[in-house]
Amino acid sequence: MELDPLILSRIQFAFVISFHAIFPVFTIGLASFIAFLEALAFKTDNPVWLRLSAFWTKVFAVVFGMGVVSGIVMSFQFGTNWSNFAQASANFLGPMLSYEVVTAFFLEAAFLGILLFGRDKVPKGVHLFAAVMVAVGTFISSFWILSANSWMHTPAGIELRDGIFHVVSWTEAIFNPSFPYRFAHMGLASFLTGGFVVAGVSAWYLLLGREVEANRKALSICLWLLLIIAPTQAVLGDFHGLNTLEHQPMKVAAMEGNWETSTRVPLLLFAIPDNDTQSNHYEVGIPGLASLILTHDIDGEVPGLNEVAKDEQPPVALVFWAFRIMVGLGLLMIAVAVTGLLLRFKGRLWEARWFLQGLRFMSITPFLAVLAGWVVTESGRAPWLVYGMMTHAEGLTPSLTGAMALFSLIGYVVVYALVFSAGIYYLLRVLYVGLEDQVVEEEYDSDRPMRPLSATHVPFEYNKPGMKIGKFGPPTNQGGSQNGGI
Amino acid sequence: MAASELILIWAFIIGFGVIMYVLMDGFDLGLGILFPFAPDDTARDVMMNSVAPVWDGNETWLVLGGAGLLAAFPLVYSIVLPALYIGVFLMLAGLIFRGVAFEFRFKANTSRYLWNWAFAGGSTVAAFAQGAVVGAYIQGFETANRVYVGGALDWLTPFTVLTGFGLMAGYALLGATWLIMKSEGYIQDWAYRITPPLLVAVLLVFALVSIWTPFIDDMVRDRWFSAIRVIWILPALALACAFQIFRSVRKRYEGMPFVATMGLFIFTYLGLLVSRWPYVVPPEYTIWDAASAYDSQLFLLVGLVFVVPVVLGYTAWTYWVFRGKVRAGEGYH
Ligand code: HDD
Ligand code: HEM
Ligand code: HEM
Repeated sequence: MELDPLILSRIQFAFVISFHAIFPVFTIGLASFIAFLEALAFKTDNPVWLRLSAFWTKVFAVVFGMGVVSGIVMSFQFGTNWSNFAQASANFLGPMLSYEVVTAFFLEAAFLGILLFGRDKVPKGVHLFAAVMVAVGTFISSFWILSANSWMHTPAGIELRDGIFHVVSWTEAIFNPSFPYRFAHMGLASFLTGGFVVAGVSAWYLLLGREVEANRKALSICLWLLLIIAPTQAVLGDFHGLNTLEHQPMKVAAMEGNWETSTRVPLLLFAIPDNDTQSNHYEVGIPGLASLILTHDIDGEVPGLNEVAKDEQPPVALVFWAFRIMVGLGLLMIAVAVTGLLLRFKGRLWEARWFLQGLRFMSITPFLAVLAGWVVTESGRAPWLVYGMMTHAEGLTPSLTGAMALFSLIGYVVVYALVFSAGIYYLLRVLYVGLEDQVVEEEYDSDRPMRPLSATHVPFEYNKPGMKIGKFGPPTNQGGSQNGGI
Repeated sequence: MAASELILIWAFIIGFGVIMYVLMDGFDLGLGILFPFAPDDTARDVMMNSVAPVWDGNETWLVLGGAGLLAAFPLVYSIVLPALYIGVFLMLAGLIFRGVAFEFRFKANTSRYLWNWAFAGGSTVAAFAQGAVVGAYIQGFETANRVYVGGALDWLTPFTVLTGFGLMAGYALLGATWLIMKSEGYIQDWAYRITPPLLVAVLLVFALVSIWTPFIDDMVRDRWFSAIRVIWILPALALACAFQIFRSVRKRYEGMPFVATMGLFIFTYLGLLVSRWPYVVPPEYTIWDAASAYDSQLFLLVGLVFVVPVVLGYTAWTYWVFRGKVRAGEGYH
């Protein structure tokens, strides 16, 4: 079998970006949450906020670290595998990525150092400032990178001369038609991710009866946040879809599994779309609803895939199902948030163990929804790299052979598998140790195997003033450390 | 501003970004290279803690190098990266392992030795790959019609292996002198001890590369032996720095060895640049051929003028916050 560098490069790109993307969505949400907790700690002097913040900062550090290293990989992918694309679009993408580095990455990196290690070294206000800067940095970062990405979906403000894109209007290129929607949708997705993870972990601690006061506070904040954000995301997603209908009709046709341009198009609940036969198998749908949603008129016309040649159609089944997974999970999130509100009104939020159990399992759903969303977006763009202007095949590195691509693909899969399993392992350990960390960790440092913890094993007096317990070596007395939980 | 001036400014910016990266990530990669040889695990803790708050920022200069090249000289980005495909992969894999080792090692107990190896191995591979890139750049790239047409392993030659080891030694030297500055007691003694042999290794590679390079490329030979003689001042200054390292280690100065090592790097780097100037993708393309559109260069420059001083400012501030000696047992977050 001939190894096709194009297919392999696409698999590799999809793999490394998906791997990278799951970290940012979490860190963006969590960074804001930490900044919020730091602000509460700064204002109220209630030690609970500081302890929550210190704990979640630890989680943050692990996830952020993985985000950084996988991000460094991303910045070289365009050159190694998509060098023709890089050369053609450098006039726009180059400045975007460079602005991301100088306005966001340096900011995040520098203030992360202060956030993680500087609690004893800078005044409280400066520490809060660092937390805020990290959170701001994550948003600036997504601004630039999503602008770059959106431009590939809805190119604007450029002119193609001799195979090279030249920017004619920076504002039009940066604020291209799909960018505002994508930026907002992704921002909310990040908050949903942070919210559901914190909620799930807090619920788990509550089920175990650990650190009840702090975790109730955290869970309560999250549930209010989710109650607002989950429905907003659905509404926003609807607008996003309408915008896509205008600019990338074939993507919407694939999301709806609609092969022929027609009116009164049904909303399909189930189907197995098939690019070969150009039709769906086992269709189940609600008549007219897709037309109604997309055109706000039951007799509205919805574009079908038959408008373009077979080889210009995206992989329909993939887009179709990924879209259903995302929307399905989105609706589930709304249901959970509303249930939380009802329980709260009835005053049964903390007793309803089934609900807390459910929240635990919800922690994974935002990640699935985010990946599904990106698959819709990116696969729905196929075969275009820059929509309507440059295909995947045109963008590929000319000197790339199948063997080279296979080598790096396998390499990344192996490296990421190792790093990811280790990351998950340490993350679980941080979660397992929980807010009661200091004293417990000292025990972990000995070579004794981990033993199950429960609240009763964990002394409440966990932080003696002036005593700082390092993770290696004996406790050293530094005196005067004013940190509450670290 | 004329297009040619703008291109020169950009060449300067990229050149500045590269040397910033080499100096800043150099010492923390160097600590990784020295990791297996450290006297004990406490010393390793100190080594790692001395860079833990800043390594992420240091590595960001690499990302800036990549993005900046894409923005200002896309031809370099789109020829050099495909040419070094395998090497780039190895470097990135190395950077991944050493990057996560910072977080994971502190959270591990029984598996800690694994992350010691990940940190050391990752740093070593990344340093070697970067050194090989330098060699590949001196060697030149096979191109046609503005794309790379050579093979997957063209970059791997005896010469690039030599430069790979050379940069490893150089980074280790930076790491050792950094450690002199940041540690005390037996750890510092150890750092003092290993500095001279590392310096000798660096000078050896330096000499070999200098002898070898003129044979690889006529242009370089011309430049050094017939054209402007003033450029001999660069290797002379580099040697002066080397001497200064020896002297300050003997006198047990704490800051000077690191400063002098940075000087050694800067002058060697400048020597390399003048050998090749104005070619950025030797032997074919110059900075003028490789530049992106005028508008794009200008658009980015305008922003950088405001942002980069701020970046340098808060970066310096974080180094200031974490100044002074790192002591054993001092806490991690
Ligand atoms: C919506 C958000 C988002 C998306 C779509 C991407 N990233 Fe990302 N990236 C971030 C949000 C982010 C972040 C939140 O800013 C990270 C996560 C962890 C971190 O350090 O910053 C980050 C880290 C990060 C880093 C490391 C920065 C450092 O050294 O501190 C690089 C080089 C990239 N990314 C590059 C990319 C590229 C080339 C992408 C696309 C192809 C990409 N990212 C997609
Ligand atoms: C952050 C979340 C992202 C995810 C999860 C994601 C996911 C994907 C997936 C699954 C593909 C494969 C589509 C296919 O080949 O059928 C793809 C393609 C691609 N994406 Fe993204 N993407 C993301 C962001 C970005 C960004 C920010 C950019 C650029 C600025 C980008 C650029 C590309 C390019 C160049 C391709 C073409 C290569 C390919 O087809 O694999 N992506 N992406
Ligand atoms: C509940 C109803 C939702 C609707 C109607 C909706 C709608 C959409 C649409 C139409 C797209 C594709 C846009 C395009 O490529 O042109 C999209 C993409 C995406 N969705 Fe959703 N979405 C919903 C929920 C969610 C949820 C809950 C999440 C995550 C927590 C999410 C995350 C994403 C992501 C990450 C993308 C890819 C990036 C982008 O194009 O914005 N979505 N969504």
